[in-house]
Amino acid sequence: MNRREFLKTASVTATASAAGVAAPAVFSSARAQARSETLLIVSESGPNNLDVQGVGTNVPGYEVSWNCYDRLITHPMKDVNGTPYYDRDKIEGELAEDMTLGDMSATFKLKKNATFQDGTPVTAKDVKWSMDRAVSVGGFPTFQMKAGSLEKPEQFVVVDDHTFRVDFLRKDRLTIPDLAVVVPCVMNSELVKKNATAQDPWGLEYAKQNTVGSGAYKVTKWTPGTEVVFERNDKWVGGPMPKIKRVIWRMVPSAGNRRALLERGDADISYDLPNKDFVELKDSGKLTIISTPYSNGLQYIGMNVTKPPFDNLKVRQAIAYAIPYQKIMDAVLFGLGKPMFGAAPGGVKEAVWPQPAPFTTDLAKAKQLLTEAGYPNGLETTLSFDLGFAGVNEPLCVLLQENLQELGIKTTINKIPGANWRTELNKKDLPLFTNVFSGWLDYPEYFFFWCYHGQNSVFNTMSYKSAAMDAFIDGARSAAANGDKTAYDADVKGMIDLAFADVPRIPLYQPYVNIAMQKNVTGYEYWFHRRLDYRSFVKS
Amino acid sequence: MLKLIASRIATAIPSLIGVVIVTFMLTRVLPGDAAAYFAGPAATPQAIAEIRTKLGLDKPLPVQFVDYVTALSKGDLGSSLSTGQPVATEIASRLPASAELTLSGLILALAIAIPFGIMAAVKQGTWVDHACRVITTAGVSLPVFFTGLLLVYVFYFKLGWAPAPLGRLDVFFTAPPTVTGFYLIDSLIAGDFETFRSAAAQLAIPTVTLAIFALAPIARITRASMLSVLSSEFVRTARAAGLTPYKVIMVYAFRNAMLPVITTLGMVFSFLLGANVLVEKVFAWPGIGSYAVEALISSDYAPVQGFVLAMAILYIILNLVIDLAYGVIDPRARSEA
Repeated sequence: MNRREFLKTASVTATASAAGVAAPAVFSSARAQARSETLLIVSESGPNNLDVQGVGTNVPGYEVSWNCYDRLITHPMKDVNGTPYYDRDKIEGELAEDMTLGDMSATFKLKKNATFQDGTPVTAKDVKWSMDRAVSVGGFPTFQMKAGSLEKPEQFVVVDDHTFRVDFLRKDRLTIPDLAVVVPCVMNSELVKKNATAQDPWGLEYAKQNTVGSGAYKVTKWTPGTEVVFERNDKWVGGPMPKIKRVIWRMVPSAGNRRALLERGDADISYDLPNKDFVELKDSGKLTIISTPYSNGLQYIGMNVTKPPFDNLKVRQAIAYAIPYQKIMDAVLFGLGKPMFGAAPGGVKEAVWPQPAPFTTDLAKAKQLLTEAGYPNGLETTLSFDLGFAGVNEPLCVLLQENLQELGIKTTINKIPGANWRTELNKKDLPLFTNVFSGWLDYPEYFFFWCYHGQNSVFNTMSYKSAAMDAFIDGARSAAANGDKTAYDADVKGMIDLAFADVPRIPLYQPYVNIAMQKNVTGYEYWFHRRLDYRSFVKS
Repeated sequence: MLKLIASRIATAIPSLIGVVIVTFMLTRVLPGDAAAYFAGPAATPQAIAEIRTKLGLDKPLPVQFVDYVTALSKGDLGSSLSTGQPVATEIASRLPASAELTLSGLILALAIAIPFGIMAAVKQGTWVDHACRVITTAGVSLPVFFTGLLLVYVFYFKLGWAPAPLGRLDVFFTAPPTVTGFYLIDSLIAGDFETFRSAAAQLAIPTVTLAIFALAPIARITRASMLSVLSSEFVRTARAAGLTPYKVIMVYAFRNAMLPVITTLGMVFSFLLGANVLVEKVFAWPGIGSYAVEALISSDYAPVQGFVLAMAILYIILNLVIDLAYGVIDPRARSEA
């Protein structure tokens, strides 16, 4: 740039600012061109690891994996209320061009022209190595594989270079869907092995920093806590070629600034603005706002059923009738949630989950139940929540505290920092708390298996145990595996009815995933992992 | 002089050892289970135990401490779990960002506060003095995140004069090749004026935010110290001798008034590093403060220890520089040492 040009740009800026007009941030035409093919995403936090199978990969890390790696299979989209939504019941190939489902195995034919980003062809050997890795590294990935009865390396068989077989340990309806989640991604095994060490045979350190897949995008720059830059992989064969060439994902910790960036048109997409901002942006009509309920997810009030006072069913019912449901929907969520209360009494009609529970706010009834339970003068307890989601949890707990006060129940609010929340839940001695659970696999028995089964997983935060419940859940799992629809429906209805009768946890609402984007950006798709899929976005 | 430096460095060693022990203990004593946090949303107790073993958190504390100190002696600060990078490289790459911001804020604050403080002292009781009082009061009472958000709202959102608060450079610029790590200097070295302009524009509002905060103590101390010096006998003598007001104020009074100002400067600099944490959050600045806070929130030990250690070293260097500056300004301080 010479002096004359510099002066020209400087005077343009000066006039622009003097007139009170927004000075454009870009001046050269090459940059304007780049901007139209680039998607700028802003969010509060970013990935800590580019490998979903790594140690302690956080949720934003799933987004990187999803866009940079291919799985054998994936789900097509269907339309739900005008938004493309993944179709749980349909499977299509991503790396596989054909899937043959046998009685106790599934055989996949790989696309012959599929290559990794460094140009080496994708073979069945890579697929097996990646699956072996997922079931062997331990921690979350191994655990997620187990949820679909994928547990041992022996289950994964290389038939020939382009044919791969998965042998089933047992019949499980969740095995195939579990191959389409984020975890079983296919990695360039030779490249990772080259960079692995004796202490780190699965190359966790290398894959943490480098994306080594065959996916539609690759990470070209990653500054943790600041930004991730993705470039399109022009040789991708997993699906139609994405329109967006470059994705820049910037971490902007201040929610106010994220909103300002959107409103000024500098950022294209943001998806973790507070509910209030979303409602106001929706009303202003300047941006496209899409809200979709979490699939298979619920915010709830949980109670520890092993200790007094909540070991008493009547006390739990009293709490269920004391919750200010509608107030929570209006004042906390600003309507951005799907109510899960106020169902007509008389039992569950449909075998679907989540569905509303038959509770409403009825303080008189609550008081009566509490008196019958032997606490006519109320009681004292603590109400805990995760500070990591304080924006929703804090007002929610304060509203609940107010209503409980009217019953004579004195609650102390216990705010637990996000880093401690899981530890505290694991101890299983919080008496009363609010929490969210949502499952990647959208099946009622999957939700109930984690949250209500007597094996007492981390998510059975209430330490609820019931032989009848276990029978329903196990029954539903085996009925689903054998395709027995009648038995399945009966079991699912049975477990939901029992969950509402015993009320160890009280459903409040299904939270929404909120996305705000510029009007010229289209192609948002809802996925079970709730993160963005860059492949479908279009910027006009 | 060399002897002075050596003795100062020698006294710093026990503080450093203390810092190493205290940060190690503090991060372990704090509630929060790193293993449970990093095991993710769907972890079983076994999964958490596996991660704990991997992180070495199952070993007894003394063993963990020995491991830490051994690594430290090799210059290895460990790896951050939440960003996945070695702490030493992260600090090295983030410190210049914070330093550039803090120094720009400090220089701007000095450029405004010192003349202002002198004017207020010389023209005591006039409108300049009152304006000084109002501005310093406002500067102390406005929290930095508030001023930051307010400036963003006015200059970016409403007027559109400032660029988007997206860190050190506009999204479509690439960072200049690293020489000092200061973008303003590096872009000039590279001769890339467009990048220089972008970096300067990004820096403007955060710098003003910090300067508003730092201005108050400097201006107040300058004023107070000037007042006491101006009323002293040697100034009266100088005036009586018929020296020009400029010579009296700038040469005789100000030089003597500078010692307390320098002391305050050291304090203000350390406050600024603290205030930086909030400013970095508001402006998405990839500095060291936001890095440490994020690590603390997620119970990520290594970066917190690394951050405290880096800060301790920085303070020690700062104090050393200030001690030496005393000597340059005031010969008495030299002989006392």
